[in-house]
Amino acid sequence: MAEKRKDLIKISSGEAEQPFRWSAGADGSKFLTEIRDHKRFMGIKCPKCGKVYVPIRRVCGPCYVEMEELVPVSDEGSIVTYTVVQFGFVDPSTGKQKPVPYCYAVIHLDGSDSYILHFVDETDPEKLKIGARVKAVFEDDDKRTGSLLDIKHFALLDQTG
Amino acid sequence: MAKKRVAVTGVGMTKQRSSRPDVTGIELINEAVRAALDDAGITRKDVDAIVIGNMDHFEGINYVDTWSVDGNGALMKPIMKVCTGGTTGTTVAMAAYYHVASGLFDKVLAIAWEKNSESDTTGAIITAFDPFWDRPCFAGAVAGLALEATQYMAETGATEEDAAYVAVRDRKHALLNPYAHLHINLTIEMVMESPYLSWPVKMGDMCPRTDGACALIFASEDVVDEFPHRPAWILAVADRHLWAYTSDPYVNQKMVGGTWFPAMEKATEEIYSKVGITDPLNQFDLAELYLPYSFAGLRYMESLGFCDRGGGPELVRSGATDLGGKCPVNPSGGVLSSNAIGATGLLRVAECALQLQGRAGERQVPNARLALATGFGGCFWSDELILGVDKPEKPRG
Repeated sequence: MAEKRKDLIKISSGEAEQPFRWSAGADGSKFLTEIRDHKRFMGIKCPKCGKVYVPIRRVCGPCYVEMEELVPVSDEGSIVTYTVVQFGFVDPSTGKQKPVPYCYAVIHLDGSDSYILHFVDETDPEKLKIGARVKAVFEDDDKRTGSLLDIKHFALLDQTG
Repeated sequence: MAKKRVAVTGVGMTKQRSSRPDVTGIELINEAVRAALDDAGITRKDVDAIVIGNMDHFEGINYVDTWSVDGNGALMKPIMKVCTGGTTGTTVAMAAYYHVASGLFDKVLAIAWEKNSESDTTGAIITAFDPFWDRPCFAGAVAGLALEATQYMAETGATEEDAAYVAVRDRKHALLNPYAHLHINLTIEMVMESPYLSWPVKMGDMCPRTDGACALIFASEDVVDEFPHRPAWILAVADRHLWAYTSDPYVNQKMVGGTWFPAMEKATEEIYSKVGITDPLNQFDLAELYLPYSFAGLRYMESLGFCDRGGGPELVRSGATDLGGKCPVNPSGGVLSSNAIGATGLLRVAECALQLQGRAGERQVPNARLALATGFGGCFWSDELILGVDKPEKPRG
């Protein structure tokens, strides 16, 4: 049974694609169109506990009630935690190598009680820290499509001044 | 309520390897199943029901229960598939336990497997997460865990070198386990000099990607005497899940009542109260923990109550968790030495059973009587099982 490795056959899925079309839902769509059309962040507020969620979601998990009230949320916030990705990998959403290094962070937008994941425009770990202030930088008007990537990244704000 | 007491009475596994192009997934599963049946001294005919699990997106095979029916032994038998992400293997164990504890089945075969060589692990993991809010930035398990490590170091003062002690310990233990994937005599320096994958996590801090399978026989108290090995009793199980998105666990630290790693803390509180654990470091003879990277071996010890918050580094550096220490952690070599992801949780339970049966070879913990197994996954959720040599006084959930 000791086959030579070269004699063992593998087949590849190759360039085949199986596209999916996901629904953002009415509320998620509202969040994304606000970003696309007005460069504004919206959150959704729980009628029971008063917590504001970004990204928008329909149900408050702990209260288990539906949320309806959309509220504006700042495009500035602070870093909860972060990493600088240095290993290369193929992004399954695009089929292309993700450009590394890049920093992504858990970001707490002012006025929200939940956090979002996004890029930060600094790849030196020495210059990043938990609590650092950041501000959203949006794609140009003709490039926004209704995606989280309509936000190019968050810029690290200069704390020295 | 549980109706029957349940024990693990047979253990089978493949050697965990980086790639097994000589077998299909079906054949890999079959290797582990045959080993478990032989170990238990039974045949396929004796099995009443089967639970099987893996993470579909690693192989692109979505119907493993039916696709592998020849290999898994379920031809014309009840079978169900379980997938809960990283915790899949421990959830398979828990589901098999529920089957038997309910009184509906006497002998249940639990199977968990993965062929991580068949796809890109990071890409596949990303597809497990939300397409709108997570996938654009998320970089799989390595980077997701790095977020945790950054926060842990900032809040406790733990260092990258502290984490390296965990990586070295588990790899040293693996040298004694012929079934482990990595057999490398790692040093602290080698870990510290390894390249960053995602700061602050280095190559030496991360688990490998592995091809492997594991199968266990779960048996009712009514039939345990039919098996050749002494039963490894399941004393209790508990699990907790958090929310949907990868940034949620950081929210939940404040919102759902835990302080640090709420899913693990709440599961721990429940399972310790069921079994009467108040001093885990002294009460457990060993722990097989799902530590996918080195920092977990510091932080999770705190959530599991082995030490106070921030005490992980001192505990690990003391040697208390080494083989020969007060409570060896991961005598098998752990996830840091073998990570066929779907199988990984079940391998933790398998090692506990082998240790309690006195069959763990060179890595045997002398007179092991009480063991903790955990599963870890996705948005920081947590499965826990406690196994023991002594038959529990009554069936317990």
